[in-house]
Amino acid sequence: MPRLLFSSGVEFRDSQREQQQFKVRLAVMSFFMLLMFAVLLARFVYLQVMQHNHYHTLAEANRISIVPATPGRGVITDRNGIELAYNYTGHTLEITPNKVGDVDAVIDSLSEIVEISPRDRRRFRQLLEESKSFEGLPIRSRLSDEEIARFAARRYRFPGVEIKARLFRHYPQGDLFSHVIGYIGRINRKDLDRLEENDELANYRGTDYIGKMGLEQSYERILHGTTGVDQVEIDSSGRAVRMLSRTAPVSGANLVLKIDARLQALAFKAFGSRRGALVALDPETGGVLAFVSKPGFDPNLFVDGIDPQSWNELRNSPDRPMLNRALAGTYPPGSTFKPFMALAALTYGKRTAQQGISDPGYFWMGNHQFRDDAVGGHGWVDMHKSIVVSCDTYYYVLANDLGIDSISKFMSQLGFGSRSGIDLTGEATGTLPSKEWKKKRFNRDWFAGETVSVAIGQGYNAYTPLQLASATATLANDGIMFRPHVVDYIQDVRTKTQTSVEPKPLRNLEWNPEHIATIKKALVGVNREGTGASAFVGAEYVSGGKTGTAQVIAIKQGEKYVESRVQERFRDHALFIAYAPADKPKIALALIVENSGFGAKAAAPIARQMIDYYLLGKEPSATDAAREASP
Amino acid sequence: MIAYYLRRFARLFTDHIDGPLLGAVLLLMSVGLAVLYSASNAGWARVSGQMINMLVALTVMWVIANVPPHFLMRLAWPVFVVGLILLIAVAFKGEVINGARRWLNVGVTRIQPSELMKIAAPLMLAWYFHRYEGTLRTHNFVLGAIMLLVPVGLIARQPDLGTAVLILASGCYVLFLAGLSWKIIVGLGVVGLASAPIAWSMMHGYQRQRILTLINPMEDPLGAGYHTIQSTIAVGSGGLTGKGWMSGTQTHLDFIPERTTDFIFAVFSEEFGLLGNIILLALFLLVILRGLVIAAHAPTLFTRLLAGAITLTFFTYAFVNMGMVSGILPVVGVPLPMISYGGTSLVSLCLGMGILMSIQTHRKLVHT
Repeated sequence: MPRLLFSSGVEFRDSQREQQQFKVRLAVMSFFMLLMFAVLLARFVYLQVMQHNHYHTLAEANRISIVPATPGRGVITDRNGIELAYNYTGHTLEITPNKVGDVDAVIDSLSEIVEISPRDRRRFRQLLEESKSFEGLPIRSRLSDEEIARFAARRYRFPGVEIKARLFRHYPQGDLFSHVIGYIGRINRKDLDRLEENDELANYRGTDYIGKMGLEQSYERILHGTTGVDQVEIDSSGRAVRMLSRTAPVSGANLVLKIDARLQALAFKAFGSRRGALVALDPETGGVLAFVSKPGFDPNLFVDGIDPQSWNELRNSPDRPMLNRALAGTYPPGSTFKPFMALAALTYGKRTAQQGISDPGYFWMGNHQFRDDAVGGHGWVDMHKSIVVSCDTYYYVLANDLGIDSISKFMSQLGFGSRSGIDLTGEATGTLPSKEWKKKRFNRDWFAGETVSVAIGQGYNAYTPLQLASATATLANDGIMFRPHVVDYIQDVRTKTQTSVEPKPLRNLEWNPEHIATIKKALVGVNREGTGASAFVGAEYVSGGKTGTAQVIAIKQGEKYVESRVQERFRDHALFIAYAPADKPKIALALIVENSGFGAKAAAPIARQMIDYYLLGKEPSATDAAREASP
Repeated sequence: MIAYYLRRFARLFTDHIDGPLLGAVLLLMSVGLAVLYSASNAGWARVSGQMINMLVALTVMWVIANVPPHFLMRLAWPVFVVGLILLIAVAFKGEVINGARRWLNVGVTRIQPSELMKIAAPLMLAWYFHRYEGTLRTHNFVLGAIMLLVPVGLIARQPDLGTAVLILASGCYVLFLAGLSWKIIVGLGVVGLASAPIAWSMMHGYQRQRILTLINPMEDPLGAGYHTIQSTIAVGSGGLTGKGWMSGTQTHLDFIPERTTDFIFAVFSEEFGLLGNIILLALFLLVILRGLVIAAHAPTLFTRLLAGAITLTFFTYAFVNMGMVSGILPVVGVPLPMISYGGTSLVSLCLGMGILMSIQTHRKLVHT
């Protein structure tokens, strides 16, 4: 039946021929197919044998991700173990901008779940401008457990928004230590460039923050530690599947300071609302006992990235809270310069202790009259009395005999006008006037009259409180000068081994002991019967000191400075230097209270409180504190 | 007596089954299940789903194997016409999915008429040439070519270049096997080369991109080139003996896209290496060689052409898929025969196998 369909004789013959032709064609196609399979086989051999190593490497690179393991940052404590900077784990809410569409809309809907303040928004906007869009940027930090739970329940609505556990830096002492500890902030372009230059970029993979100021900056390398490496197997979406190997990070070392936080707090409080700076040193080591710059700022503001408004407030405040006055503020030393001037005169043989002048209360040079504070003069003034009563005329005359060259040579050996080398960054050099300096600075020749101003610590003189403190400590230590240092020792977190910041004697000025004795006796006289006496009434130790008053504006010829008539900002600065106990000094300090008038009244009482506390452990009485706070 | 009836009953199932072909197909399917198990991360859902697909496909194969070829011949042109109407309907009323108009909603379900054309086109051409057997002239080939180019053009416009090229290939195989003169073949080849720039200018952006990507996949490593780069890495990193079953890193860490369907060969190649590839090529060759033998011995022009076209199409699927995965052909949506996950492809392939078996087993009946 079916076969009848195909049974035409003619067709059968044709189909014979056609069948033959078909078999030829089939053979051609068979050859074609074998050839194509041979091509495939050749490709497989090429990929899997010849190029196998290459593709093996690619596959490994695909699956293995090198993830940095961030080390914990070192903790900073004072000499008694009081924490000044530490880390805690907190939860942040982070937005990856390129994974969300409309960032503002996302923030709006997030604010229905967690609290997002205008400050958070401003800060985020700032970060957004500074960062790459594929980085997770924090919109909120320090989420509460409740907020974490609320977000977790609705996270499906927020692709590209994640909760991350991160280490946060906290400065529990707030503005008290702002100018010592400084702060850390997010690594910016400039930091990256510097890291690259120092070949440290690899060690900062996974680190978001870096020291920006203070010890956080100067000890960055020690505090940061060494970043570890995790080899993690990842899938195509970058999720970690399992850990293949791990090189643990090495935590940053802890810093233990010489500073006594309580002494620091006492000084800070003693300044009250006044601006100023105080540096207290251990004369025998150069260790910093207190380091105050008023006003301070809250370093915690910077940790998550400061919002523009807070930043502008800090930057535009007339009190300049961001200025580290102790380190980078430069002031004329006023009369605190006199003991060093006197020592220069003795050292260079221009005066003996006994030589004196009869002080009429003024000094004529050419047709210019230099006045003394005491109308009618101090009478007969020798070196001892010149310091005790702070007689200007004595130094006017001395300036003439010493000359600017000798003055600047002697003062530069004491560290005036050059960086002390303290372990903080941003130190100012100040200005130690000399003929060369004036030529370079103003392209003018030196006038003899200018030497007269320099001799009483006015004129071009401009030094940091740190330089003044260092010079005082050097004098207290009989001419052996140490490099000031804030950090006492560095403590390895794992091994607990301590590496001391060794006291480093910079130089021995090799002063004649008799000369030193003369000056020290006069400084003791200041606090016993001279300008510092009222502040040191009833002290249970013997101390040396010197008051100073630095002019902010020049007083015209024939005019007298009357404090009440001068605007607050142009009032004189009050200065005081001191050390104690006199026979074997344990503390030397210098301080300045801006626009507060006479050193004896405004500055010396702060020094008294400091020394009382440091030597005797005495806290200032409530009435004392109240009196000092309101000058 | 009972034994006799049992044998009779058994023969009901085996009479029209071609042993060697079934053996090769079952071997391929077993390999497919093993690879699928690994590709789906030891997930039984896909594997069991594929087993059901296989049972359905094998049943279809058995049913078709029992249908005599002349009955298929009668179905040729109605099926082709229905397919053509559906394709035209798609062009006007089809649903757009992923930018391509391929699907037709027929109320109960969506169908993809181009799938039907894969069988209908060679069937139609084989029937047509058989009808004019012995009197074939050039104009028959021209008409055959038109019958082929209409559906191919419609499918290419959807656009579904991969399927269009495959149907074009299966039709061309029929034309070639039917005796298209060498002069015309050479002439078409020359014209084809000359018109390549025109074809280029008519292509869709993404189609051009696929060809460009093939030349240099690294140009767009996360976009168009990603598939090729990752699958080539998988194949190359497999090496001589492979990383071992269930141990392919490219596979199990999710670097191979569509790894249970079009890119399943990357999984196989990564885990079984060059040796596995050779074995797989051998299994495909087994099916192809058996198909060629069946074609060579087929009694009529219709069955010869159909058997030849089915075999060559099977080869084309395997070659294009493996070529695409190993980075020598552009990425087109072609599954690896008998291995890739997916019911449609399995059923249409087994349909072809069933036709081959029918041709082979009914030939015996013709001679007895």
